[in-house]
Amino acid sequence: MSNTLANPPPSWGDPNLTDAEKRTLAAMCARMIPASDEFKVPGADDPLIQADIAKSLGRDATAVHDTLALLNRIAGGDFAALPVAKQEEACATLRAEGGMNLTLTTRIVLQCYYRDDRVMISLGMEPRPPFPKGHVLPQGDWSLLDPVRARGKIWRDA
Amino acid sequence: MTDPVDILIIGSGASGAAFAWSMADTRMRIVCLEQGDWVKPTDYPANGRDWEARRYSDADILPNRRQHPADYPVNDTNSITKIATYNAVGGGTVHYAAHFPRLHPSDFRVRSLDGVAEDWPITYRTLEPFFTENDRMMGVAGLANDPSYPDHAYPMPPIPPGRSGTRFAQAMNRLGWHWWPSAAAIATREYEGRAPCINLGHCLPGCAQGAKASTDITYWPAAIRAGVELRTNCRVREITIGPDGMATGAIYYNRDGQEVFQPAHVVVMAANGIGTPRLLLNSVSAKFPNGLANSSGLVGRNLMLHPWPVVQGWFNDEMDGQRGPIVSLWSKQFYETDTSRGFTRGYMLQFGRGPGPVGEAQAGLESGRMPWGPGHHAAMRRYFHRRAHIGIACDDLPEEHNRIILDPTLKDSHGIPAPRIDYTVSPNTAAMMEHGIARATELMREAGAHTTTVSREVLNYPGHLLGTCRMGTNPERSVVNEWGRSHDVRNLFVIDGSVFVTGGGVNPTSTIQAIALYIAQQMKQRLHTLFD
Repeated sequence: MSNTLANPPPSWGDPNLTDAEKRTLAAMCARMIPASDEFKVPGADDPLIQADIAKSLGRDATAVHDTLALLNRIAGGDFAALPVAKQEEACATLRAEGGMNLTLTTRIVLQCYYRDDRVMISLGMEPRPPFPKGHVLPQGDWSLLDPVRARGKIWRDA
Repeated sequence: MTDPVDILIIGSGASGAAFAWSMADTRMRIVCLEQGDWVKPTDYPANGRDWEARRYSDADILPNRRQHPADYPVNDTNSITKIATYNAVGGGTVHYAAHFPRLHPSDFRVRSLDGVAEDWPITYRTLEPFFTENDRMMGVAGLANDPSYPDHAYPMPPIPPGRSGTRFAQAMNRLGWHWWPSAAAIATREYEGRAPCINLGHCLPGCAQGAKASTDITYWPAAIRAGVELRTNCRVREITIGPDGMATGAIYYNRDGQEVFQPAHVVVMAANGIGTPRLLLNSVSAKFPNGLANSSGLVGRNLMLHPWPVVQGWFNDEMDGQRGPIVSLWSKQFYETDTSRGFTRGYMLQFGRGPGPVGEAQAGLESGRMPWGPGHHAAMRRYFHRRAHIGIACDDLPEEHNRIILDPTLKDSHGIPAPRIDYTVSPNTAAMMEHGIARATELMREAGAHTTTVSREVLNYPGHLLGTCRMGTNPERSVVNEWGRSHDVRNLFVIDGSVFVTGGGVNPTSTIQAIALYIAQQMKQRLHTLFD
């Protein structure tokens, strides 16, 4: 039995978003993480990040579809067409009512947002995978153990 | 049907690999069946920019989330702790943190010392030479002469404490608490062909550097060179029994889905605390209508999972974040029984580093520490790379109602009944958890954390699966004897975490492997009288 999956099973849900869902998702992402000139980062509604999200639904496709549908219901129609203030109201309700589906949807947004080069650089990270360069950790000063050694044995002989 | 083998091992993880390597010098024909496949280090998440995302998908520690073809589902809705497993060559060692403490001497004598549960039929001293041998084979880094243990050394120097470990160490010195650099099965220098750790980040989904000691890169190459045959993609359905009550072999499905019977003179269970009892319970016969080797009724019972509350802390200055092995230090200050605390036995504090950006942002948004909207960015920068955590590894004593049974409806992809977990926390364990949470929070504050949180209900899922075929000298109170042989079936052995009588308050892999090596030695010493 393989340790990888060739194709997503139907139980994960439709891996594709409709155009309407894409508009709703982008509008929601703009409210969640907007662009910032101060930190020199795009918003989560950035087209490159949105494209990454759209192909990354995976095991949580159903949760994303359901969350976007709930958001439109909360909005009373097309969430993306609402003015910003109304969108913010709808998002506040979504955060209260979205439950696990919203948690999973949010994680997909974050997974794609925080692997974007521009965002990683802004956070002080190198835009690269961990391997093969790795990271450097400060070495320890084991003389800190002197008082522990001085207190002596604490295990019970049995 | 294939030719009979001398020894048939079910499972290639921590115990199966160590056992196979040890038995190879007998020159017997040894075959190991593994339901998963070899995993290539180039496929591990650390190779890609999506490394953090994959930890929540195909590299998740939970099989129910991961859903690989090699995985079997687990109904754990009736357990506060979810079940972490990994099914591949190396088993759970591919996906563990490689924290490598041994059980303590007192863990083997809880009845004699503390009047609870039952003593093991073996002692720390019984296992001591096998701990040492296993440390050498796995390649363990640590610092000698920890005063919380009988003296012992390690093959390699310890992993660096980093910023967070140093901060905790200084705080524990002020509090007068015990601490020590963690023993870890992680190479800190070139070791037996393995490259040293370069702090790729969280080690759970597999180490692309090969520094973490999973048995696919430690024991298995040596065992295969010595003549052991490892068959992958082979899922065992049941252990078969002959008219004389002896095991005759196993029926499994090969990679093409074909049913195969493998005859064997000795069958060795190494599928750990869920897989082993599941398979025994699925192996029913006229002689064993309640599951193989289950005359005691204890197959699947006394499940111990190590409840593991976590205290998180955020600091004003930069910590290690995701950079480096998960673990850094341990403290055994509250490990041994002190009844004035209101509970028996104790726990280890395990000190860890922080998450990557996705984990930090997710936790921040869920808790409300980070808002939606323009304030998200500033909040993220206040918290990212400023977190460290303390895990509280609680010694949950055995209780028969904590168990695995076969789910009446849930099945794996071959139609084999899946396990269901029933698990609750006892009042003693609950008191221990609260004590540990209070002490860890106190320590976080002493270390300078400005914000702390407690994960009490959403527990960490350590994947420590213990006690479900425990060892003992009384056939009415145990499943296997003091050297792993079934009381009921004299050519059936259990060598994995199932045989634990108590769980201790530490990560169990070191002890699981020491037991596997010990049982192998016992078998080799008794080859001519093995079935008497």
